[in-house]
Amino acid sequence: MQIEERVMDSQERIGFLLRSLYAGYGYSRYRMGKFEEYDLYSRNKDFLFSEGVITFTDTNGRLMALKPDVTLSIVKNTRDLPGTLRKMYYHENVYRVASAEDGFREMTQVGVECMGEIDSSCIAEILMLAAESLRLCSEEYVLEISHLGMLGAFVDAIASDEKMREELLQCAVEKNLHGISRICADYGKAESAAEPLRQLLSLYGSPKNVMPKIRRLAEENGAAEYAEELAQAAASFAGKETEDKIRIDFSASGDVKYYNGIAFKGFISGIPDSVLSGGQYDRLMRRMGRRDRAVGFAVFLNMLERLAEGGRTDD
Amino acid sequence: MINVALPKGRLGEKVYAMFEKAGFPCPALLENSRKLIFDNEEAGVRYFWVKPSDVAIYVERGAADVGVAGKDILMEYRPEVYELLDLNVGKCRMAVAAPEQFRDNPDRTLRVATKFSRIARDFYTSRGRDIDIIHLNGSIEIAPILGLSDVIVDIVETGTTLRENHLEVIETIMPISARLIANKSGFKFKTAQIERLAEGIRKEVEQQ
Repeated sequence: MQIEERVMDSQERIGFLLRSLYAGYGYSRYRMGKFEEYDLYSRNKDFLFSEGVITFTDTNGRLMALKPDVTLSIVKNTRDLPGTLRKMYYHENVYRVASAEDGFREMTQVGVECMGEIDSSCIAEILMLAAESLRLCSEEYVLEISHLGMLGAFVDAIASDEKMREELLQCAVEKNLHGISRICADYGKAESAAEPLRQLLSLYGSPKNVMPKIRRLAEENGAAEYAEELAQAAASFAGKETEDKIRIDFSASGDVKYYNGIAFKGFISGIPDSVLSGGQYDRLMRRMGRRDRAVGFAVFLNMLERLAEGGRTDD
Repeated sequence: MINVALPKGRLGEKVYAMFEKAGFPCPALLENSRKLIFDNEEAGVRYFWVKPSDVAIYVERGAADVGVAGKDILMEYRPEVYELLDLNVGKCRMAVAAPEQFRDNPDRTLRVATKFSRIARDFYTSRGRDIDIIHLNGSIEIAPILGLSDVIVDIVETGTTLRENHLEVIETIMPISARLIANKSGFKFKTAQIERLAEGIRKEVEQQ
């Protein structure tokens, strides 16, 4: 007996389509329990998408949490095996604060994580899967790619302390170029010092259009290595059907305490916020005592509620 | 078509004049009518008036592609939006005001009346000062006069209301002005139109 598609809602259907996609590329399913020790999340609370975790005291006295995140749990519960590559996917419910007014909500997330010997081909595969995941949801999508190492280098060139650095990174996320001028004035820096950062943030669009300019800017500012990594990531789409959906955009950022290198976000027309978020998180691995590297992404299925029933179902 | 949320009131009318000069007119907007939404298909723009404090919500939730919101609202509610331009209008400042002759006693918790709880908390946290926030929705100036609070954190434009109530600014937290904001997803799919609009308005700002 086959399961009829009409008995599934759009979230379920897209969830199963994504699982089939990831399994087809050799990713194995990672299953996790509903609860995890609270300590794991309290030590890495900035990594979480929202503040606040539902906690309770277990019968043995341990403080437990209803899972607000999957990646932290995967990093904690998998072993550091140098020289290997682990490819996993998950389909889990997580519990987060949607907003201060709305309180906690159950959200469904599907994602992939690649851990171990990460090279440019792993990153290219993850980016390809991210684009394909978006395509399965809707034909009208955009995958924007950034490089946190490069953004960090441009910010560090002017930031005199951690607070200024944080404020500048926030401006990058907001495409707030006038804010950069104000920050320079507040910290007594010449506005001209921020010109390379302003130029970098102004360069967004298709890789074909902006990569040559980004390369030049990076060379002038000692960040050529990062530009090369970004160019390689973007080049993995060259000549493919998905090429015109790819954008370079340095506002696609993540918390630089955890993320490094390539970062990306996915958008679908008609849905007001990103439905997919991911990137390299070697820094999180180091913080959790791991020597290996990692890259992955999550698709937020709840965000797809507003999509017309179905999404794409073809291959 | 770009959907634009404008703040009702004098600021909104001033801002609309900038949009109009930038090449996005919609004369019906200024006519006295009960209409809520105004289209100009030729210019590719649809306007709607909303309460100033709601503009950021309309933009963040994607009901509007762009909008104009005060920096005070953006700092208080931190919506996930792009902040594309400082329009240099609606200028004022977020400030701490207190009764004339007020002297802060650091041994006591400072009672702060405000509409802007987050801004006040962030400001005093950065100073390491223990405070008790009293969240009010209006007529903030009356709070220290009646002994409800020691100081207030509020927007100050000319300072006339403060002076008339024997209050004075003791610290400026930050300058405030109106900003052009954009929905993140809308920006991806209407990049050229939103850029054209932002560029037109940027020129208007420069000419002010």
